[in-house]
Amino acid sequence: MWRPLLETRKLAVDIGGIAVCHSLDLELYPGERLAILGCNGVGKSTLLSVLAGLRQSQTGNVLIDGQRYADLGARKSALVRGWLPQARGDTFTATALETVLIGRHPHLERWEWEGEKDIQIARDALAAVDLMTFDQRDIQSLSGGERQRLAIAALLAQSPRLFFLDEPIAYLDIKYQIAMLELFSREAREKNAAIVMVLHEPGMAWRYCDRILMIHGNGKVALGNTIEMLTAEHLSSLYRYPLEILESRGRIGVVPE
Amino acid sequence: MDTTPWDLTRSPDSAIRRNNPAIPARRRALIILGALSVLALASFVFALGIGSINIPLADVVSVFWDGKTGTTAEVIRSLRLPRALAGFACGGLLALAGALLQVLLRNPLADPYILGISGGASIGALLGILSGFTAISVNGGAFLGAFGAMLLVFGLAHGDGSWTRTRLLLTGVIVAAGCGAGVALMLSIAPDHKLRGMLFWLMGDLSQPNAPYLALTVLAATLLTILPFARELNLLSRGDAVAQMLGVQVRPLRYGVYFAASLTTATAVTLAGSIGFVGLIVPHLVRFVTGNDQRVLLPASALVGGSLLLVADTLARALVAPRQLPVGILTALIGVPVFLFLLARNPQIRH
Repeated sequence: MWRPLLETRKLAVDIGGIAVCHSLDLELYPGERLAILGCNGVGKSTLLSVLAGLRQSQTGNVLIDGQRYADLGARKSALVRGWLPQARGDTFTATALETVLIGRHPHLERWEWEGEKDIQIARDALAAVDLMTFDQRDIQSLSGGERQRLAIAALLAQSPRLFFLDEPIAYLDIKYQIAMLELFSREAREKNAAIVMVLHEPGMAWRYCDRILMIHGNGKVALGNTIEMLTAEHLSSLYRYPLEILESRGRIGVVPE
Repeated sequence: MDTTPWDLTRSPDSAIRRNNPAIPARRRALIILGALSVLALASFVFALGIGSINIPLADVVSVFWDGKTGTTAEVIRSLRLPRALAGFACGGLLALAGALLQVLLRNPLADPYILGISGGASIGALLGILSGFTAISVNGGAFLGAFGAMLLVFGLAHGDGSWTRTRLLLTGVIVAAGCGAGVALMLSIAPDHKLRGMLFWLMGDLSQPNAPYLALTVLAATLLTILPFARELNLLSRGDAVAQMLGVQVRPLRYGVYFAASLTTATAVTLAGSIGFVGLIVPHLVRFVTGNDQRVLLPASALVGGSLLLVADTLARALVAPRQLPVGILTALIGVPVFLFLLARNPQIRH
């Protein structure tokens, strides 16, 4: 039961000849939330897409639920892990409900059509991101933040056990930043999901993540518990800018010099 | 909307469960396809009845129903039916190819000719006309040219193994431009007595229907092969990464779609030359009405494309009978106003 949902062994990833990590060993268990922090361009998204099985690593293995992506196959992988992309382009018009329903794809047989149950799941997912009255809206007419929540709803409809989130709170106002991170934390707490998210806000990582993976660039990474990792010293070194940490009621805020 | 902070504890059960007025998707699809089949049948009746001699509806039906014989039956069976079948097959093939390429390239401007397949076919066909002008040399040349262009674009776009959309699109457009120059060169050096035949071929011409049953078979076989993957195509139209993350085997699917689009285009071009507008406009027409679900869009496009070309070809040979107009002109004359009307009426498309 308690085997890691995500495991990497001696993982080496590089992007355009520059190393992201040399030999990363990582185990993420059900219910755990991991934040990946680092400067722009150090390869956070690249590492995330390797972990999600979208691209190959240089060496080493990625195991989800104990199996490699190649052995598990595309469809079964999609039943275990889901991915929230950073950028999305919609060329053709579609309604919000149709967009959320694509998350049900791995759950359907080849000739099966989305049924009552799938539509109910999709509506519940829309409600969970506060878009329930938007079901018939054209996605092209949605704002950036609404599209972000819609993508999260599609991910919820997919209902994976392992979430890879590339900047999940981009485009969102503060209310929805909190709401969406609460939502994923609830998936972790109540459904034993494991969550990996790329974040740019150390304060949010402090509040919503159990562990931190810092990507320094040139292959240097650091992995540890949130409380140990999110110090002014570590963060200043990570972001190459002097930072101060303010604490209030058990939460932190980061103030640049 | 509300001023209180968003209630994080709200359970999904409190969601408004609106009565969904929409008919279930599968039944809706069947209704749409049924209606379009009736439309296709009606356009066949129209095409068989109209011409230099007009045949009443009852007679058209009785030729097939009672096996009636005589002059009218002969006109219908050996002249109008093969041409009608060829027109329907050609329109269906082009519309299907257009719909497939719009998904593959994720580009609403894609049409069956965008990747140079018709350019290759044109060069082959014109070479056939220049060399001898038998039906076999023209058709053989067109088919070889189309597949030559397809392999060329595939090989060049594949390059180092990556196969991005932009690269595929650019390679295809460049190959198409090269073929266009080749066509212009051949037209400028062709002897005068062959020029008219060459121009008619380029504009699209159904007056010598060859092997309509083969084309219909290609149409049906492609549709039946691709339909089981239609839901995967829906995902592909949202992006490769999204599709892969939801369990689609993206690379084989893209190769398959590319091959299917090439085969349908090559068959259509071989049958009737480069008939414009059907492949670009029909998928959009259908999308206005049915939405972008490929499970409906692909078969509906084939039916609408076939019907449109059939009606256009009937008008092309009836309007100024006994002379005939190139059918490509008629598809554009019908298709463009209908398309613009729907575009103006449909607020969703204006963004």
